[in-house]
Amino acid sequence: MKAHFIFIGKQTIRMLLLTFFVSLAAFILISISPIDPLQANVGQVALGSMSPEQIAKLEAYWGVGEPPAERFFTWAGDFFRGDMGVSLLYRQPVAKVIGVKLVNSLWLMAIAWLMSGIAGFVLGVLAGLREGSLLDKLIKGYSLLIASTPAFWLALVLLMVFAVWLKILPIGLSVPIGVEASGVTIADRIRHAILPAVTLSITGIANITLHTREKMIEIMESDYVLFARARGESTFEIVKNHALRNVLLPALTLQFASISEIFGGSVLVEQTFSYPGLGQAAVTAGLGSDVPLLLGITVISALFVFGGNLTANLLYGIIDPRIRRGGARA
Amino acid sequence: MEEKKVILDIRNFSVSFEQYEKGFQKTKLPVIRDLDVTVHGGEMVAVVGSSGSGKSLLAHGILGILPYNASMGGELIYDGAALTKERQMALRGNEIVLVPQSLAFLDPLMKIGPQIRKGKKDRASKERLNQIFAGYHLKEEVQGLYPFELSGGMNRRVLVSTALMGTPRLVIADEPTPGLHMEMVRRVMSHFRELADKGAGVLLITHDLEQALEVADRVVVFYAGTTVEDAPASDFRSEETLRHPYSKALWRALPQNGLQFIKGTQPYVKELPKGCPFGPRCESCTEQCKGEIPSREVRGGRVRCIHAV
Repeated sequence: MKAHFIFIGKQTIRMLLLTFFVSLAAFILISISPIDPLQANVGQVALGSMSPEQIAKLEAYWGVGEPPAERFFTWAGDFFRGDMGVSLLYRQPVAKVIGVKLVNSLWLMAIAWLMSGIAGFVLGVLAGLREGSLLDKLIKGYSLLIASTPAFWLALVLLMVFAVWLKILPIGLSVPIGVEASGVTIADRIRHAILPAVTLSITGIANITLHTREKMIEIMESDYVLFARARGESTFEIVKNHALRNVLLPALTLQFASISEIFGGSVLVEQTFSYPGLGQAAVTAGLGSDVPLLLGITVISALFVFGGNLTANLLYGIIDPRIRRGGARA
Repeated sequence: MEEKKVILDIRNFSVSFEQYEKGFQKTKLPVIRDLDVTVHGGEMVAVVGSSGSGKSLLAHGILGILPYNASMGGELIYDGAALTKERQMALRGNEIVLVPQSLAFLDPLMKIGPQIRKGKKDRASKERLNQIFAGYHLKEEVQGLYPFELSGGMNRRVLVSTALMGTPRLVIADEPTPGLHMEMVRRVMSHFRELADKGAGVLLITHDLEQALEVADRVVVFYAGTTVEDAPASDFRSEETLRHPYSKALWRALPQNGLQFIKGTQPYVKELPKGCPFGPRCESCTEQCKGEIPSREVRGGRVRCIHAV
């Protein structure tokens, strides 16, 4: 029991340190970025026609000239008290902006996460089982090709094929243009999410397939599979009794660790499809020097990735008897 | 008599590996050549050879589980008929069983009970396993343990149990007692002796001549991929009754016989000398030893040495 408390305590400290340093890094990057918030958001022409007082007001609004350290710690202090601040671009509380964007992104990422996980696992198991066969070569070739393809490029190709040439799927956004919010159906939302979700899934599959394949080959060459064969188990029985059991553990870890990749991929994919999710908001906030929003998104993303890795660690302890029962005995 | 029946007869058995050398040039690496072993029902035959002599491949060859880049030759006769791939598949785990050397050969994530039952859940399998465990004084709770949870005393009995789910007529024990003290070795060996006494043929593959002599009826000495001598275990009581210079050298290396070792090491497959593989380390080696060395019958045993009398 005591060990559990120590574990929870350690993880909490880790999480706090992680969020602190990640937000600090993001803040430093945006502070030294050459983007002038006034020029970016107000425009050169508009600025030229303004009085110095007006410009001073705008500078105060965008935080120009404020000492960076003071600015960061003011934000951090507020954040710690539960106030994420107000987005400078959206003029709404950051929590609210993130809430809306996160819902859009979340199910996009959830679909991609599940699809890439399941498809990657199945492909990896098949390829590993038949190492060196034509099937294996095809799956491996596909995975290597996809792994070296930038997500945004793949997004553009899919966009051209399905939205521009075939015209069967919308070209972007998450809802139809010119329709009232109340008139948007679930079907509309699904249609708009298909392309981004598929792009994200396809790019996510490669990594999981290659790792699962590698692990599967290792298992099929193990002593216990050799012995199972010596005991007359067929390949099907070996897969059912031993291979799946042993490959599932690393696959699960990989699956939860891949949350970070899905998150990273979503930034590019959402940008390409003009899909109003968290990724796109991050890009907008970065380019527009919207410090509170960018830091808010950074922290939320870091928490997500941290949560994914933590879940993987915890699951390992629950599923792997060597840790679960071994730990209890020690 | 039923006991005298030949269960396994291996003649001129060979295993070679295909290897790629310097790009795409394929070469064959003959790891085992001219191996002859015969096992009768109720008999325990030990194949003794130092590590790296290809002993495990003999077991894998009989079971048909050699790696894909290995090919075998020679005659494998089981129960009066050639041991084909189909027969190997049908018999292994059933009539022909392997007892592995360590727990590493068990799936670390599968509980002992289901694993020994090969995942079968029917009543007959469960009852059979309960019987086997009772026979080895293993508690029923052991079936619910994972391999890593077994104690040193239990794991040997569990490994032997894996062989008994079928109706074993040929038991192959591949180095079943690595690093165990003599007391444990005797106990493990007694399990195999028991199986042999019940009528099964037992093929014990080991590097330890001493423990082979404890229990085996016959000893086959294996050197650099070849059987050099096949003799009754009783012939190992004195140096004179042995036939091959390598067997004699093994005998002299036993602790009770003075622990005398001969110089040199077993040659690697690629650097085998012509003719007798033991030639370069043999005191009585002559020019004739560089030719073909046939296996001959000498004083009730078989030997591959032209000087043996």
